[in-house]
Amino acid sequence: MTDANPIFDSGTRLSGSGLACRRGGRRVFEGLNFEVQAGDFLSLTGKNGSGKSTLLRLIAGFLPKKSGTISYSCSGNASDFLVSDDFMLVGHQNGLKPGFTLRENASFYYRLMTGSTPAAKRLQIAADIFALDSLLDEPVQYFSSGQRHRSALMRLPLVARQIWLMDEPTVGLDADNRAALAALIQHHMACGGIVIAATHDPMGVAGNVLDMDQFQPNTGNSDDMDEGWL
Amino acid sequence: MSHPSHAQPSISSVFTALVRRDVTLAWGQGGASLLALGFFLIAVSLFPFGVGPEPQILARIAPGIIWVVALLASVVSLDRLYQADYEDGSLDDLVLSPMGLVGIAGAKVLAHWLSTTLPLAVAAPALAVLLNFPDEGYWVLVGSLLIGTPALSLIGSIGASLTVAVRRGGVLMFLLILPLYVPTLIFGVGAVDAAVMMGDPLPHLALLAATTLIALVVSLAASAAALKLALE
Repeated sequence: MTDANPIFDSGTRLSGSGLACRRGGRRVFEGLNFEVQAGDFLSLTGKNGSGKSTLLRLIAGFLPKKSGTISYSCSGNASDFLVSDDFMLVGHQNGLKPGFTLRENASFYYRLMTGSTPAAKRLQIAADIFALDSLLDEPVQYFSSGQRHRSALMRLPLVARQIWLMDEPTVGLDADNRAALAALIQHHMACGGIVIAATHDPMGVAGNVLDMDQFQPNTGNSDDMDEGWL
Repeated sequence: MSHPSHAQPSISSVFTALVRRDVTLAWGQGGASLLALGFFLIAVSLFPFGVGPEPQILARIAPGIIWVVALLASVVSLDRLYQADYEDGSLDDLVLSPMGLVGIAGAKVLAHWLSTTLPLAVAAPALAVLLNFPDEGYWVLVGSLLIGTPALSLIGSIGASLTVAVRRGGVLMFLLILPLYVPTLIFGVGAVDAAVMMGDPLPHLALLAATTLIALVVSLAASAAALKLALE
């Protein structure tokens, strides 16, 4: 976070084609294609239940896909499976332990992802971005929900990972922190990072939009029910 | 790797970080370790009230009581093993760490053993005194618990990972796990009984160790598979 020079591989490409996913026998989306490369911002829009979160979890490798392929390549080395080491997910749950202070939570996250202990300065810089510096040594259980959400976002500048998967990152953020998040995303893109965000609000970042509603399967055909999961 | 800016993280330090966090959480506020230890102490001390204070009867059933209650105390503490992380979203973070699901299960089981079931083995001699346990059995009692308690954490991890997404899955976990604890219980109590009755506890201890080793092989892979399903 100290310079704007690209620190990530500029040859990284992530694309999906013909993706389909089912949740509990219901087809969430099908025939979905997307492509992002280093420095891209992709926002996923669509009504509730259109599969925005599902797509993010599919990309992160949590969910199996029904059909289609996700291909990932960096500097010409194509790989069929995704390297989880390059992902960072910010979801609805913030992954914070209430009994720990924010500093302990953030240090643990850093150690978990990198295997080393973060320098105090690094934590301080990451906390400053979302105005959390005064809360660093407070236990997370006394935080408001907005503060918890900002604490969860603090992982983004803390650990260097190229692909950010964000599920409604602006929910519960005030105007100042939305601006801080937009600036952070722009900085990440300038460094060659990739951001895929599911959102209902404009993020204030220029990028491509993937409207999930266009990949809705035709409903009304009861034969669509997948019996395989039963 | 795609970003040359930082070196490949060392898996062992990630593993240690997770073990340390879980041990701290287990002994911290609302943690499971003190509860399990308290359950162990109180449940064992109920037996003299229920069975009566005759020293011979208590001494005869002491190995069984201590082993059964240690087993129950370990199950009591297990239902939050993965569930707490699942609910607050940190399980997602763990999966995206460089460690892999088997490593996560291994770290969490090791932390559970260190923080919860190992203290039971340490506390057992104090409770044995309460039950008029014969002097010649102490070393074997502690030894059998030291060998057998890892199996309690390991086998429990299977149940905890299978019920991670089930609300109020604690009772279901009891039903899944307790039958699997039977071999550990038989060989553990067998070793202590053999020592008390001037027999040879070694064959029992060897079989107990075998049970633990089998649990080590099976349960980490099984837990990882169950966690993968839970994340879907």
